[in-house]
Amino acid sequence: MTTVVLKNLCRRFGNVVAVNNLNLEIASGEMVAFLGPSGCGKTTTLRMIAGLLSPSAGDVIFDNRSMLDVPTEKRGAVMVFQKHLLFPNMTVGENIGFGLCMRGVKKQEINARVKEMLELVRLPGFENRRAHEISGGQQQRVALARGLIIRPAVLLLDEPLANLDANLRLEMRELIRSIQQEMRMTSIFVTHDQEEAVMLADRIALLFDGVLQQFDAPRAFYERPCSERVARFFRNENFLRGRKAGRCVVCETTRLTVADDGGRPDGEVLLTVRPEDVRIQDAGSENSVPARVQAIIYMGAYTQYLLDVEGRIWRALGPADAPHQAGDNVWLHLPPSRVWLLPASDRSSV
Amino acid sequence: MKEFWRWVFIVLMTVAVMAPLLVQIVWSFAFRWHFPDLLPGEWGLNAWRYVFSDASRVGEALVNSMSIALVVSLLSIAVGLPAARALALDDFPGKGAIEWLLLIPILVPGVVTTMGIHIAFIRLRLADTYLGVVLIHLIPCIPYMILVMTSVFASYDTALEDTARTLGASAVRTFWHVTLPAIFPGLLVATLFTFLISWSQYVTTLLIGGGRIITLPMILFPFISGSNNATAAAISLIFVAPALLALVFTSHSLAKEPSILGGFGRM
Repeated sequence: MTTVVLKNLCRRFGNVVAVNNLNLEIASGEMVAFLGPSGCGKTTTLRMIAGLLSPSAGDVIFDNRSMLDVPTEKRGAVMVFQKHLLFPNMTVGENIGFGLCMRGVKKQEINARVKEMLELVRLPGFENRRAHEISGGQQQRVALARGLIIRPAVLLLDEPLANLDANLRLEMRELIRSIQQEMRMTSIFVTHDQEEAVMLADRIALLFDGVLQQFDAPRAFYERPCSERVARFFRNENFLRGRKAGRCVVCETTRLTVADDGGRPDGEVLLTVRPEDVRIQDAGSENSVPARVQAIIYMGAYTQYLLDVEGRIWRALGPADAPHQAGDNVWLHLPPSRVWLLPASDRSSV
Repeated sequence: MKEFWRWVFIVLMTVAVMAPLLVQIVWSFAFRWHFPDLLPGEWGLNAWRYVFSDASRVGEALVNSMSIALVVSLLSIAVGLPAARALALDDFPGKGAIEWLLLIPILVPGVVTTMGIHIAFIRLRLADTYLGVVLIHLIPCIPYMILVMTSVFASYDTALEDTARTLGASAVRTFWHVTLPAIFPGLLVATLFTFLISWSQYVTTLLIGGGRIITLPMILFPFISGSNNATAAAISLIFVAPALLALVFTSHSLAKEPSILGGFGRM
């Protein structure tokens, strides 16, 4: 059980700032996702936690103890990579036992624990196979077992599922989740896939350009994003400009009520509602905004509406047998409890 | 039909490689062999008897050649391995210049550099010494080691090393358990190269060794330029033996590393 604290963590490569003043507190036993587009500094941060890269400034703290002077092999932070998974010159059993071997554990005990781990990752009897004799998904599971066997203080996963096909990925997600909950070890994984982060993580740290944007439970990124850019990353494209006064927002074509203003001060705001919360109606009502249907895309289980709202493109979900067609004028009901306010000045940074 | 021509090619290649060697074997057992006889008129073991006698100094030369080539190979590894890794995996100022500098000993004839270095070595009291010969052999050997190992490291991923480190392996154990097995075939070939380059040095050994450090080529060359063909043949068979043996032992690694002769990735 280890807590991980990142304090004013910075990393520069020449003139490029890869990680900029990152502050993060990860609780013991928590599963955290570092999420963001490629090049946002998430892998760099992971490498600094593992000790594979030294920070330009700031500190990495495990259980109130600075790790800066502790070499990688003594930190107890195990890293699992997305590719080049297994040591090619060793058998599966030797791969899994590597960490114990390095700690001088006796051969007999290693063999017993390797057997145990192989069962945990559902590959019993694979000890004597060679790395190249097993499939990519099996290699991934062996790599995971190799990390778990030493009961690491912190488990670091660098895009562990990126190289797997869709079915295997789902299976691995569930396996990682169940093992993590069983062993309750502090885990951090890097991903660019927001769906994966939402499914696996207790909390998500979203990074853009080396700067932490929001560190919150997955649900918060849908319901209470901190900026337009964060909302967009979670596939919300519905925004409307307005002026906030109390719980009321005045837009170009309508007045809307907000149940929770998130403590945002009165003045210019950007209002947002997730596509799945927008209700399409034929007539206006409380808290609705006029819109024109631009396109209807059949998605099988539902349809996706592309709508023109005050000159902006919105998305909304409708039933599979959509009663509208392109060109129709409709009203969008925005339930006050589902409307969220963002700072207005964010637009230029997108 | 294709199969037929393939065999023709293989047979021709084998003959081309083996024929000179066969002639040497015949020569080494010849006592009298005059034109236009197809085979020697008289056979004898004189050449071999001479080679194994103390007077020939072949034994001493063999020990010297072998030990110098081994020391040179080990030193080339010690210098070349870290250098090749840095050149292949890291970016640093002056990298391009260093790559070109490394090629210079290959491009410039050894005699030229050795003449200059000879003067310096005399001042440093390295001339006529074993150490001096080792150092002068390193000049053509290190670039080859670096060239081969750079191409090995160019297709090498450090993620496995990082994995080993986070699993609790120190830097030394990571090298031993992870890095070395991964680069071993390439390293074997590179070591073979440096060994053979050192093994076949003549002019540099002659100049720096000053006749005191006797290696096999120094015994062989006078016989070749002289007229004692039988003795020259016998010594050259001894001379070529390690190369053939090494080739047999490393042919597996050679086949496994097609990129090995690629040199620096972008050259």
